This record gives sequence, C-alpha cells and structure tokens, in this order.
Amino acid sequence: MRQDAWWMQPIAVFLGLSAFIIYSTWAAFQGEHYTHGPYLSPFYSPELFGDSPHSWFGPKPGIWPSWLPWSPAFLILWAPAGFRLTCYYYRGAYYKAFWADPPSCAVGEPRKIYLGENSFPLILQNVHRYFLYIALIFLVLLSIDVWHALWFEDPATGEKSFGIGLGTLVLAINVCLLGGYTLGCHSFRHLIGGRIDLLSKAPKRQCAYSCVSCLNRGHMRWAWASLFWVGFSDIYVRLCSMGIWEDFRIL
Amino acid sequence: MKSATFKIWRSGEEEGGRFEEYAAEVEEGMVVLDAVRQIQSKQVNDLALRWNCKAGKCGSCSAEINGMPKLMCMTRLSDLPLDKPVTVEPIKAFPLIKDLVADVSSNYRAKKSIKKFKPRAPDEADGTWRMVQSDVDRVQEFRKCIECFLCQDVCHVLRDHRLHEKFVGPRSLVYAASLDMHPLDVEDRLEDLKESHGVGYCNITKCCTKVCPENITITDNAIIPLKERVVDRHYDPLAKLFRLFRRRPSSETQAQSENHD
Repeated sequence: MRQDAWWMQPIAVFLGLSAFIIYSTWAAFQGEHYTHGPYLSPFYSPELFGDSPHSWFGPKPGIWPSWLPWSPAFLILWAPAGFRLTCYYYRGAYYKAFWADPPSCAVGEPRKIYLGENSFPLILQNVHRYFLYIALIFLVLLSIDVWHALWFEDPATGEKSFGIGLGTLVLAINVCLLGGYTLGCHSFRHLIGGRIDLLSKAPKRQCAYSCVSCLNRGHMRWAWASLFWVGFSDIYVRLCSMGIWEDFRIL
Repeated sequence: MKSATFKIWRSGEEEGGRFEEYAAEVEEGMVVLDAVRQIQSKQVNDLALRWNCKAGKCGSCSAEINGMPKLMCMTRLSDLPLDKPVTVEPIKAFPLIKDLVADVSSNYRAKKSIKKFKPRAPDEADGTWRMVQSDVDRVQEFRKCIECFLCQDVCHVLRDHRLHEKFVGPRSLVYAASLDMHPLDVEDRLEDLKESHGVGYCNITKCCTKVCPENITITDNAIIPLKERVVDRHYDPLAKLFRLFRRRPSSETQAQSENHD
C-alpha cells in the first residue's frame, strides 16, 4: 500500500472540476447578466438566440417549449463541455477522481469488472476529434468577441470608438489560454502530423506538428488554466453587468 | 552509523507470504538495492531478489518500494522517510516466484504477439534504405525502454483487473508504437491493436508514464497516438469517407499506368 499522500491529487481534481461544473451550470441557467457593453461572457458565446445586442438571430425562438427552462447558453455550452469531457487529459483525471478507476496509481480498486474504453459507453470517447473541430470554430468566434470588445459605444451619440478595458484583456487572455489548450489537443496533434510517419516530406506540416507537440507537453496546465479563466471571464462580465464591479478603461 | 528498518516481503506457505522486518546500516549515497543486498548477505542468505547492473539500465530489480513501483537500484534512501519502516515488495501484476522475484514472462509473450518490423522495398539498388533523421527521431524515445516492466506493473488493467490475455500493456504498446511509427515500416498493426492487443482498455491514467525510469512519455507519445490511429480506421466516419474517395482515383491511375505499360 502506498504510504505517501496519494489521495491529494484526486481530491484536488474532484474539488476543482466539481466547483467548475456547479458554477458553470448555475451561470448557464441564469440567462441574464452575461453581457456588459461590448463584452460577452464566453459561456454564452456565440449567442445564437437571445435578447442582447450580441444575438445572431434575434430573441428566443418561438418553438422553444414554454415548460423548458431557457438560456442562450443551453444552445452552445454542450460543445465546449463535450470537448473537455472527451479530452484525453480530463478522461484520465476524472476516471481517477470521480470513478476511482483507479483512485490513484498503484492503489487498489473498489470494483472488479472493467471494460475500459473498449466498449459502450466509454467507446464514445473516440468522438473527441469531432468536438475538436467545433472547439476550433469556437476559438475563432471567441477571437471575434475580443475584437468586438475593443469597440465601445458612446451612450450619448451611439457612436462606437476604439478602446481597451480590463474586460477586453480578460476576454483576450481567455482566448489565448483556450487556444493553448485546444491547439495542444492530442487529437489535433495526430491530425496535424502525428498520423504521418514520413513528416520530413511535408516541412510545413512538420513545423506545425512540432508546435502542437510543444503545446501538448503542457496540456494539463493549459487545461486547468483555461478552465479557470473561462469561469473567471464569466464572473467578470457578470459582476460588471450586475453593477457590483466597475470595468476599468485602460484606453 | 545510522540504521533503518526494512519490511521485506518473504514468500511462504501461508497466504502467499508476509512482511518481515530487518534492520540495515545506512550510509550516505545508498540505494534500496544496497540495503536489501546487505540484509541478504548478513541476515537472510536465502532472500531471493533479481538484480544485475545497479545502474538503472538492465531493468531487473523492479519492486514496490513503499507501495510505489520503482527500480531498487535507482531509489535513494535519502529520498525516503527512514523514520518509518521502508516496505519492499515484489511487483504485483505478475505471478510470484519467490520473495522479491516475480515471473514476468507474460510480457515477453505479449511482445512476441506484435507484428514484426516490415520495411518497405529498399530505396537503393544495393538493398539499403535512406531515412531522414527527423523522421526516425520520433521513435528513438521508445528505444530507451529497459524492459523493467514497472509500467506493466502499475497499469491497473493488468494489476487489478488481471486482463493479461486481453490487453498487452504499456510496454508492448510502446514497442508497437516504435514499429508502427518507424519511417520504413509498412506493416498494418491497427486491427491487432484494436482487437487482440486491446488498446481500448487503456483509460489514460498516465501511471505508466509516471513510473517509467527512462522517462518515456508512454501515454502521450505512444498509446494515445496509437489510439488515434485506431480511431482513424474504425471510429471516424469522415475519415472512412475520405479514404473511400481517395482510393478510387488512385486505383484508376494505377489501372491506367498498367494499361500504358
């Protein structure tokens, strides 16, 4: 039996992921205070339908059942959630922390039957690359959000002028961290060059593979940093929108 | 001279064995193997242990020290809390032979089940090949493996679930990756990897990477890329579709070139 504090890491992962899941679910159900001026919370981006000026196709669709709770986040949050749920790093982490399979390395297990990712339901984890494709699109959309967060509307004239607020930086850092996480994905590494054995014949691909491999080495750190920051970005926009926090204009 | 207590697993008739406590004199720079050999030579001559190079290169002295799979020769006593007894056990994923010696032969059988290296046709008339260093760099890491089987031992699929017949384990997957990613190799191992080698049983705990004394990035650089290759073949409908469209023109071109000949 291991004599070190092997339980610390799974407990830290359990608490960290649980805190994020609870907060993000709560924030998604709110359906309000997700924009402030040019800022849009990443939990609600892209806002396909909604009441804010960021909405693509206008207010809530009429066909949405009245008995079903509504929030613009419901339409899009499944995509980043699916990407993280099927991520190779998170899989290993939550199998340990939430399912004790195993609780930690060289520590016994509470159950005898094991199917692994060889059969249903965990065989579905192989869908990861499809969530990656969507995550890459989200990266572009969140970058566009940062561009929008650079244009502040004058309340008197209604004219937009260039500016940088603390919120702009928060959203920009969010895109950088999500970029580091998404572009260092194991599936992306495979698709960009890992599947080819003779990479020297495609120098550009080889360069891209090296860059992705470099990000991939820190995939766990990118995963946690981006998870924390995406939650913080929502908190920042929410506090500004609620009037609890005043956004600071740098320019 | 400082003394430390070691609880060493001794095999016996009753329930496979038990821990027995021994005191060893500790000097600066000693590793666990030094202490166990000292105990063997001075106190229990019949203590069975396997060791050879004492330099972390032969992979013989794998054991579980304070519950963690490690090489005895690479575990310094100065890194262990010596105020408590240090436990030394045989690796648990394999049948025990005696004391600290386990039967690791299943690993050699698993390795044999992997299709051998099959190079493409020689590049030159003299029967030789040309490789670019950057292409072969990728598999160099896997060749560092010393076959200590600590990765096999720590893998819960083998250790706790005893699925040796369905899952070849991290060591064999590293070997498979070293062949499959080799720039000259043309063998197709994906069916085997999915079916008989059971790559899907790995649930990416990264414990194998953690215990590897050669610091091979087993999970990220060997197992996950193999899993992704299996996904390409079996679980990605778009990739299947692309293959379908890409095959047809190439077969037509081939047919055309044959007609021209």
